[in-house]
Amino acid sequence: MADALRVVIAEDGLIVREGIVGMLRRFGHEVVAAVGDADALRAAVAEHRPDIVVTDVRMPPGFSDEGLQAAIELRAADPRLPVLVLSQYVQQTYAAELLDAGPSAGVGYLLKDRIGEVTEFVDALLQVAAGRTVVDPEVVRQLLGRRRDPLLRLTPREREVLGLMAEGRSNAAIARAMVVTEAAVAKHIGSLLMKLDLPPDGDDHRRVRAVLAYLRD
Amino acid sequence: MPVRNALDALTMRPTRFLRSAWPWRSLAYLIGGTVLGFATICAVIGLLVAGLILAVLVIGVAGLVATVLSGVAVGRLERWRMRLVDDEVLPDPHRRPPRPGLRAWLAVRLRENATWRELGYTIISATVLCWMDAMVVAGAVYLPLTMFAAPLYLNDEPVVNQLLLSAGGVGLAVVMTYPVTAWAGARAAMARAILAPRADDTDVRLIEVTRSRARLVDAFEVERRRIERDLHDGAQQRLVALNLQLGLARLELPEGSAAAAQVAAAHDLAKDALGELRELIRGVHPKILTDRGLAAAIGDAAGNAPVPVDVRVRLPGRLPPPVEVTAYFVVVEALANVAKHSGATRAAVAAWLTGGWLAVDVRDDGRGGADPRRGSGLVGLADRVAAAGGTVALTSPAGGPTLLHVEIPVTVDDESHG
Repeated sequence: MADALRVVIAEDGLIVREGIVGMLRRFGHEVVAAVGDADALRAAVAEHRPDIVVTDVRMPPGFSDEGLQAAIELRAADPRLPVLVLSQYVQQTYAAELLDAGPSAGVGYLLKDRIGEVTEFVDALLQVAAGRTVVDPEVVRQLLGRRRDPLLRLTPREREVLGLMAEGRSNAAIARAMVVTEAAVAKHIGSLLMKLDLPPDGDDHRRVRAVLAYLRD
Repeated sequence: MPVRNALDALTMRPTRFLRSAWPWRSLAYLIGGTVLGFATICAVIGLLVAGLILAVLVIGVAGLVATVLSGVAVGRLERWRMRLVDDEVLPDPHRRPPRPGLRAWLAVRLRENATWRELGYTIISATVLCWMDAMVVAGAVYLPLTMFAAPLYLNDEPVVNQLLLSAGGVGLAVVMTYPVTAWAGARAAMARAILAPRADDTDVRLIEVTRSRARLVDAFEVERRRIERDLHDGAQQRLVALNLQLGLARLELPEGSAAAAQVAAAHDLAKDALGELRELIRGVHPKILTDRGLAAAIGDAAGNAPVPVDVRVRLPGRLPPPVEVTAYFVVVEALANVAKHSGATRAAVAAWLTGGWLAVDVRDDGRGGADPRRGSGLVGLADRVAAAGGTVALTSPAGGPTLLHVEIPVTVDDESHG
């Protein structure tokens, strides 16, 4: 792995926190701080200037959404700081607040279960650290469940592509996931963007924003 | 026809009526009424005079209050006495004071309509009814008795006449049983009309019941939050950690080995358990509702419904927690019904404020014919809404569409959540 990341972890459950620390170390990343509440997270970020922050949503003292609020604040203070938020439940509202918080740099919102898919999780971490947007498939599934008429015009294949786009995947990754060529993916994308009246855009990051914004609207 | 009171007794065959206890019971009732009436007159006049005189010294107010409340005592005595001429027991129209002690009792009694009706009854009883009782009793007892006793004091009449008068007295006594019983029955009916609990008294009790149900629902909600928190901090954390450990273990095992397959199976089980636990916890108490309010929670519920759902929620902000929980329960339950029974291809949820009410609409394009009697879901939903003081309207013609319209009062008084 070329770039070992310097990571700050905030998670109030001790066994989960230690588990994440162990996993990241195994993949050669450096955990510069592992903390148990939002205030400690702010302090650790200020002290260590990490490459990426991984935080739980629900933390002391209120056990509400302190972690999410801290992540949003941190991104407001430094829009280039990549943040990956882990949530016990998938909530579009949380995902929306996080994504709306800043225009740039990497943002990720994943279900906490995903840490069990170790390789994929670490991959998502790298994506976010590289400035991309990663959204949990479950969030996308929920967003697609809220039916609006233009979505009905999509073919099943186009819907699948749209879902993978919303998760933040690149054309190459979508092609791999659907076992088709990249050219076929590009064709689907062009067609569905037109049906949804979205601007064609080469930038993956801007594209995922546009798709998510469309789905949430 | 079963005879339940003095008026019913009048319809009995005369031979049976005269042998029954009803004439005697009626007579006893009227004598009691006379005695009670005159005792009341004396007591009330005494209290009133004492109250007026002492009012100058402030403490007399207590005497005036006692005058007002004398009706409560009279009412109670009347209801008890009424059993003489009416087998149907008259229930107490008064509310139970919320706390023990004289102050609470006074505060409740002085605000009740029943108290003032009893005072009115006492006044009528003392000014009119007891005098009429006295006259009827006098007519029924004194006249036959004097005639019957004629031989004892009419010495200047022939014996035949004396005996005839005596016999006439017996006859009069027999005839008088009818007016006595009739008056007793009529008087009891009047007393019953005034002293029985009214709709507004009953409403007070209904409000009490509704409040206690609302408190119960709140208590359940607190308990559900606790359970949610416990599950989150305990089992869920451990399962997440287990899931991670199994994921790591799979990396260490050579692909295709027996151990790798076993660990992969264990990993899948752990993931399933985690998913099921998450759904369970969501059902126990949706965290999003406490954290972000009704609009976000409805969006979440819509996203999880198997049928595509259009969501239109227009709310100015957060609502009182019991209102949010009830409305959320309505939406979840209704969407579950849509998925289970309607065969709908799409559904829509709308929520908005109108006056002091939160209105929630859930509609679907399914086959309709939803019947609250067939499933417990709609009944549970109606119960829950009723506990919050709201209303449920359902239109579901065969062939659809189905529309569920729920309104919940938003201005919740503090008492129900104190």
